[in-house]
Amino acid sequence: MNPLDYVVPHFEVIRNFDRCTNCRACERQCANDAHFFDPKTQTMQCDDSKCVNCQRCVCTCPTHALKIVENDASFRRNANWSGEAITEIYKQASSGGVLLSSMGNPTSNPVYWDRLLINASQVTNPSIDPLREPMETRVFLGKKPSETVRNPDGTLNTDLPPQLELETPVMFSAMSYGSISYNAHESLARASRELGVFYNTGEGGLHEDFYKYGANTIVQVASGRFGVHEDYLNVGAAIEIKMGQGAKPGIGGHLPGAKIVGDVSRTRMIPEGSDAISPAPHHDVYSIEDLRQLVFSLKEATRYQKPIIVKVAAVHNIAAIASGVARSGADIIALDGYRGGTGAAPTRIRDNVGIPIELALAAVDKRLRDEGIRNNVSIVVGGSIRNSADVVKAIALGADACYIGTAALLALGCRLCRTCSSGKCNWGIATQRPELVKRLNPDIGCKRLVNLLTAWRREIMELMGGMGINSIEALRGNRLMLRGVNLNEKELEILGVLHAGE
Amino acid sequence: MVIDAKNKQFNELNRDIWLSNTEGKIVNCLGQRFIAAGLKDKSIEIEGTPGNALGAYLNGASIFVNGNAQDAVGDTMNEGTIVIHGNVGDAAGYAMRGGEIYVAGNAGYRVGIHMKEYKEKKPVIVIGGRVGSFLGEYLAGGRIVVLGTNRDDKPLVGSFPCAGMHGGKIFLYGDISAIIFPSHVHTKVATTTDWKEIEPYVTRFCEFFGFDKNRFIPDNFTVVTPDGANPYKQLYVAN
Repeated sequence: MNPLDYVVPHFEVIRNFDRCTNCRACERQCANDAHFFDPKTQTMQCDDSKCVNCQRCVCTCPTHALKIVENDASFRRNANWSGEAITEIYKQASSGGVLLSSMGNPTSNPVYWDRLLINASQVTNPSIDPLREPMETRVFLGKKPSETVRNPDGTLNTDLPPQLELETPVMFSAMSYGSISYNAHESLARASRELGVFYNTGEGGLHEDFYKYGANTIVQVASGRFGVHEDYLNVGAAIEIKMGQGAKPGIGGHLPGAKIVGDVSRTRMIPEGSDAISPAPHHDVYSIEDLRQLVFSLKEATRYQKPIIVKVAAVHNIAAIASGVARSGADIIALDGYRGGTGAAPTRIRDNVGIPIELALAAVDKRLRDEGIRNNVSIVVGGSIRNSADVVKAIALGADACYIGTAALLALGCRLCRTCSSGKCNWGIATQRPELVKRLNPDIGCKRLVNLLTAWRREIMELMGGMGINSIEALRGNRLMLRGVNLNEKELEILGVLHAGE
Repeated sequence: MVIDAKNKQFNELNRDIWLSNTEGKIVNCLGQRFIAAGLKDKSIEIEGTPGNALGAYLNGASIFVNGNAQDAVGDTMNEGTIVIHGNVGDAAGYAMRGGEIYVAGNAGYRVGIHMKEYKEKKPVIVIGGRVGSFLGEYLAGGRIVVLGTNRDDKPLVGSFPCAGMHGGKIFLYGDISAIIFPSHVHTKVATTTDWKEIEPYVTRFCEFFGFDKNRFIPDNFTVVTPDGANPYKQLYVAN
């Protein structure tokens, strides 16, 4: 190899030879072929350059002989040129390629959730113990009537536009079959049914085996329209039009032909080996009026039985965009922040395009309220919701519910090694290789997702109870329940919250 | 069953169509959108001008329009037939996966954009006249035939055809020397095999609109195909 092309391995696999029994489990578990047995020395060895730090070998080693550490071999310290920045130059100079990354933006920009603090009742009003008192976490997503309508006989007209009913204000965000495995989809689908929430097909169509989970499925329509047909539209509980994604606003997707095999080809309804290209825009949507047309074409095709979600990435003018979407006939707006996950996105776009979801959400909620159209739509936010406190803060900032993607994958075993696009996920999540997919047992996957959201729901109830609030409805947009720390005046203004101490 | 579309909103009109018998006729149609969206098993004749997204997600029904149609005819259509005795607007057959669209006259921009095929499903669009710019963008499958029966000295195809084309075939009739194609597509004179592929559709076109099939000489067709199986690649480097 040309020394110019050599990149110092990112990780170092450290083996405790006192514990290693040469059982070769690590070798069998590693789809990256990092481990191998050296017959000369009769020991297990490792090619560090192949290690992605997915921790599979660490977790499966029967004697716990392995650990993976960041390689401390470094360039000369430079506050401007980080090791990563230097290595990226080498990669591009050597390949001429666009840098491609997986999972959400890992940069150290502020996480506003961590600068918001939640209120609690003391003395002047009672907190509520969720163990002994009813606590409502159920939400309905969809257009709400702005006035009371009575029938001619004086009774209340209770006809509502279609709503999604969630037992917990958290849903699994769009991840396509193709980007994640059959077993991952099955885990999400079954968990959604058990939890009374929804998962989202992403833009890759819906596998025929999962039609039975339709009542807990959101089907997505993206610019490539893969797998979109009448049955698909009708089987879902709601239809999501994907206009954009937080990890890569403004660009489309490209699942290479090599990954369009077997079931993935069937589900996307394109031939095996054919590239699945999702163009950046929908070529029939160049304006809010056009969006309205797409929304109503879907409503007509599904007889007005399904709420229509429009998913947009959080970008600079998001408040104005959301105002347009709220007038387009959409029932729900999904906002995806710049930290949102992805199977693959150009690094530069992922790390530099879009805005934080916290600011976008606050701006959108305020704008829709100011314009008197907040009840036209529900707001769902994603793009890094990491725990139940993030959910509570999001709702207090004005969201109706949250989408989680990365958190759900972590529950399934993901170690955030960020190499999804290689298709060699050792945890059976972001891969289509049968021998890897079977490592994810959908029974266990489903159980872990149910555990996660059950725990979050309990925490949400405790946080709400502490505030003296017994219903999610009373928390939504209740920004008095939040205070800011480490925020400047402009940030506080946009978030619409007071500083701690005020 | 005759449905009078006069003063009807699109949703009222579509509701009438859902409730109608298997064969229906719409009269006084004036720009109502989404007519027959997702419709499976009916045959509808339309007098007048249907609005945008005629036959969107169409799933087996037949639509005959005695007049012009507007934008997005047969958007994401899965199965069925749409016959237009006039011109159509932009984005006809967007993301269409199956079925057939026949247009007697001209078509606007982006005909057959991102049309695809899957197994037995091979969508077909036959345009009798000229087409606008961006013909067959991102084309992933299916067949587009442009016959140029009314070229009136204007070009058969507008600017920038076939950008991002990575599957399917486009058949153009007559002189194509003025058309500038991108480098990733390939053009050649149609062979007998190529002609056999579209002959049934050209025949149907002639039946629908009263053309003499013999006016179309197989050798005068040019076939446009993408170069290679996956021509639309961008080189990435894992980071």
